[in-house]
Amino acid sequence: MPKPHGNKLINRYITKESTEFEEMPTYEINTNLAEDVMNIASGVFSPLTGFLNYNDLDSVVHHKRLSNDTPWTIPILFDLSKKDDVKEGDTIMLTNEETDLKALLDVKEIYKYDKKTIAEEIYTTTDPAHPGVKMLFDMKDQFVGGNIILINKGKRKFDDYNLTPRETRILFNEKGWKEIVAFQTRNPPHLGHEYVQKTALTFVDGIFINPIIGKKKPGDFKDEVILKSYETLMEKYYLKKRSVMSILRTSMKYAGPREAIHHAIMRKNFGCTHFIVGRDHAGVGNYYGPYDAHDIFKEFPDLGITPVFFRSFSRCMKCGSVVNDKICPHDQKYHVNFSGKKIRALLKEGEVPSEDMMRKEVAETILTFDHPFVE
Amino acid sequence: MAEENETKKYTTISIPTPLANKIKKRIEGTGFNSLSSYVTYVLREVISNVEEDEHEEAFSKDDEEKVKERLRALGYLD
Repeated sequence: MPKPHGNKLINRYITKESTEFEEMPTYEINTNLAEDVMNIASGVFSPLTGFLNYNDLDSVVHHKRLSNDTPWTIPILFDLSKKDDVKEGDTIMLTNEETDLKALLDVKEIYKYDKKTIAEEIYTTTDPAHPGVKMLFDMKDQFVGGNIILINKGKRKFDDYNLTPRETRILFNEKGWKEIVAFQTRNPPHLGHEYVQKTALTFVDGIFINPIIGKKKPGDFKDEVILKSYETLMEKYYLKKRSVMSILRTSMKYAGPREAIHHAIMRKNFGCTHFIVGRDHAGVGNYYGPYDAHDIFKEFPDLGITPVFFRSFSRCMKCGSVVNDKICPHDQKYHVNFSGKKIRALLKEGEVPSEDMMRKEVAETILTFDHPFVE
Repeated sequence: MAEENETKKYTTISIPTPLANKIKKRIEGTGFNSLSSYVTYVLREVISNVEEDEHEEAFSKDDEEKVKERLRALGYLD
């Protein structure tokens, strides 16, 4: 089993029943922040024990590493307004109505950092049309550095699909897997995804399919559609002893190459040894080159998880199979690309896409939903 | 916030000149733009391997049993 990032799997849950928190002033946070708190507490963000302080943020922004030299590419920030009645040295009770979260934040440091600099370094753009930049610019003007402890997290939809890194590590161990490849997704599977997953799985012991669940934009597939379609695919076409799916609740930042490293770190914490990185991983629009998210891995000899790079793939009518540009000699005119847009358009009309694109059973599962798309 | 927090600093390390010259030759055209960036890269790789050997999983037997129970209940384990 690979070591957790930074050598320690963080576990920051309150261990004793206590009433001493009941009188504490509460501070309502949004669901994205609540998910960050849960990811810190459960070890998904190991070795973070809280939100970044100034030194760590500065180091992440300029060096892609925490101040102790551990690779870390995406700032995990807690924002605060000047008007908020919070000062350094306070311990505040964080709450979130939607998730029923309760956690303590030890306010060690309140600081400011130029958001434009963060945007330039993390996203390589200050364009507010970039969704990650917009999220950053919408944050309040001050940040808090400090450790958290989770007191309570309420029951949520899809909890039965939600495993912590401690749980996946024990699960992989029980299955006897030594080498595990992780696949991240935000869509139901088409044949191209299956090709990538099974190609990678051929060389390791097991595959960990890890869809990101959470805030979506109109037109995206609903979370339950993604999960059910994967269940169908795995039931019909995967070996149970070689495949596992659980969800990851975190927001996409669309930071392209930097986010690819972040995604790999989270999967390392789940116990994976390999991570699949596709074309334009975590990209949006034309902000990043198609293979920038591959190149960045060269900067991290100490990442502790091996990237598995895939270039674009398509179905070749001559080969009669899914191919990539390394293995197929035939002209582009024989290639049919796996167009998510095209598949979505067909499903929107209630039509089953061709079996060259998507498994019939997967398409039929999607079509059992009256409204498979976010409106 | 990372558990161990150190302020980012650079320091100077002495290595034998012939070795430095060999490295300079070796990194020509490789994308490493300096002797320092190459040495940093190699040391990070070496140190991370040593740290890997030092890591120990810290699950108590009780914890592990509880987790396995949940995994069985959810159908992840038979």
